[in-house]
Amino acid sequence: MTQVKEKERKLTIARAMAEAIAQEMRTDEKVFVMGEDIGELGGVFGNTRGLYKEFGPVRVRDTPISETAFIGAAVGAASDGMKPVVELMFVDFFGVCFDAIYNMMAKNTYFSGGNVTVPMVLMTSTGGGYSDAGQHSQCVHATFAHLPGMKVVAPSNAYDAKGMMIAAIRDPNPVVFMFHKALQGMGWLGTEKDAIVHVPEADYEVPLGKAVVTRPGTDVTIVGITSGVHYGLKAARILEEQGVSAEVLDLRSLVPLDREAVIESVTKTGRLIVVDEDYHSYGMTGEIIATVVEAGVPLKAPPQRVAYPDIPIPFTPPMEQWALPSPEKIIAAFNKMKEV
Amino acid sequence: MIPSQEQEKWMYKHMLISRFFEEAIEKIYMEGKSPAFNMANGPIPGEMHLSNGQEPCAVGVCAHLNAEDVVTSTHRPHHVAIAKGVDLKGMAAEIFGKTTGLSGGRGGHMHIFDPAVNFSCSGIIGQSVGPAVGAALSRVMQQKSGIAVAYLGEGAANQGAFHEALNMAGVWKLPVIFIIEDNSWGISVSKRASTAIERNSDRASSYGMPGEFIPGNDPIAIFKTVGLAVDRARSGLGPTLIEIETSRLAGHFMGDGEAYRPAGEKEALMKVDPIPVMKERLAEVYSWTDEDDAQLVADAHGVVDEAIKFARDSEYPAPEEAMEKVFV
Ligand SMILES: Cc1ncc(C[n+]2csc(CCOP(=O)(O)OP(=O)(O)O)c2C)c(N)n1
Ligand SMILES: [Mg+2]
Repeated sequence: MTQVKEKERKLTIARAMAEAIAQEMRTDEKVFVMGEDIGELGGVFGNTRGLYKEFGPVRVRDTPISETAFIGAAVGAASDGMKPVVELMFVDFFGVCFDAIYNMMAKNTYFSGGNVTVPMVLMTSTGGGYSDAGQHSQCVHATFAHLPGMKVVAPSNAYDAKGMMIAAIRDPNPVVFMFHKALQGMGWLGTEKDAIVHVPEADYEVPLGKAVVTRPGTDVTIVGITSGVHYGLKAARILEEQGVSAEVLDLRSLVPLDREAVIESVTKTGRLIVVDEDYHSYGMTGEIIATVVEAGVPLKAPPQRVAYPDIPIPFTPPMEQWALPSPEKIIAAFNKMKEV
Repeated sequence: MIPSQEQEKWMYKHMLISRFFEEAIEKIYMEGKSPAFNMANGPIPGEMHLSNGQEPCAVGVCAHLNAEDVVTSTHRPHHVAIAKGVDLKGMAAEIFGKTTGLSGGRGGHMHIFDPAVNFSCSGIIGQSVGPAVGAALSRVMQQKSGIAVAYLGEGAANQGAFHEALNMAGVWKLPVIFIIEDNSWGISVSKRASTAIERNSDRASSYGMPGEFIPGNDPIAIFKTVGLAVDRARSGLGPTLIEIETSRLAGHFMGDGEAYRPAGEKEALMKVDPIPVMKERLAEVYSWTDEDDAQLVADAHGVVDEAIKFARDSEYPAPEEAMEKVFV
């Protein structure tokens, strides 16, 4: 029998997320969705589009602007046999509801000696670049990843977004699912074309906690997550023209963190650049470098990081664009390593 | 408490300035955003929440306030800022991200700070309320004159911060007024779908303060009721919660398709646009002529045009200035 190759079906991350949630809702009636404007509107960032129409207002619930209430409610519902998928519209808003997240959602499993589970997904948008200023543009990856008890994942393309959302919903643990606004494929936020990739129709899981080599190379490892991966890929293409073979490693998950994949890649290349749109200090970039250093990986040059400076994200385009990571900054980091 | 003719004229003029300002911003916002609408582009990038229709809430309240009084506002701040006397040139330049902006371009449209008139705002829903309570507390502790006014949307009244702050203001009998602008929508979610009771003003009884509901988006009615609350606050009798029925004539933000709005709602609201309604009232009560009106309209346009020109002509800050002002 000849195998029929599946027709290519390119989806945005927004559509891939909505499809993943819909498929899980069809097969598991415990899955339901809550959040602001996630019903008829389909989510400000499009990732619940179509769900309200298919599943109705009982399972797809627009909430009041009461994050403490509905995220806290998700914790309670999750421990009572449901599988809530809740949306915190912008991750920046965690400030009004973090207790429900890090003291309850993230700790109840442990404090109950594993006897109580909290199988919920908290999906939330991250990132800037479109002049929305510092209450609507942050990534705060590390703020979440620092606190034990919740998985923290952030896909860089639609294939991973679908598989990781399905894995997140099925996971018996709480998962924070971060999606970067510029990767959503919503035209009004600009569109990163590399994030729009083939997505199989069938349901599938992408395991949480597994990094992936997005582009193999031998001279330098560029580690990133979500938008950082795309900055890395663009830099790698430019470096290739200069005869440098850069490997791009997409972490995909911050918790669990695939330290082995990082160590393996840097062992091969001997050089490491870590890219993150989250703040520079006390962040993911430092964690990745520490991982390599602690493992004693032989390095040809001191590792470099390209991250957001330690400032609130400014509104005005000249300042914001200057502060963001960029392929140019990655290449400058590489050139600095060459000097050593 | 009845407004004088001068006060009514002041209110009308500031409603006009506010509306013309929003109309100018609306037009400029679309520059560079077509055919493809991408928020990052054009002279005014980012989100833009216009206040068209909500002008009465701004002028009816701020007519009672002086520069020393503190106002905290929301993600939809322009009308209130204008009525509070925020430097319009500096605000326009801030919205354009220019170096002459109130914050040198760091804040933008959701982060307007003008300490000269004690105005500030925030893009986080519900976070106007605590700071107003704190400003009121500070006035009491320092035995300084002046009161505080917090603006919030009806959607924000479901945020925990609102309830905590009101309780504290009630316990401490602080000179603060809470103004809920009830435009009946929080983005795409209606008040009815998100709020367990019909009137947020009824919630005042839980916090030991009077609650007032003002229907009709009527600047005169707002002036009267708020006047009493301001007197109460100034004379140490404590806080008041006021919910004002108003109308959001634009989308939640620019680019909002508004498919969630029931058919005909917007048209109906447009018919009672508070600006022509106010004009008619002035004609009726004060024999306001078309010439009087034309003069005021021209003045208002003049103020707005000057601010917009200032913003356009100003320079962008140097990128590295991003590193400044984190600490002082
Ligand atoms: C804590 C928080 N949650 C959600 C949002 C996203 N958001 C911005 S405006 C808005 C609706 C606000 O409704 P309302 O308070 O009625 O003010 P309006 O927009 O009608 O002026 C929402 C949900 C936010 N900015 N902050
Ligand atoms: Mg509202």
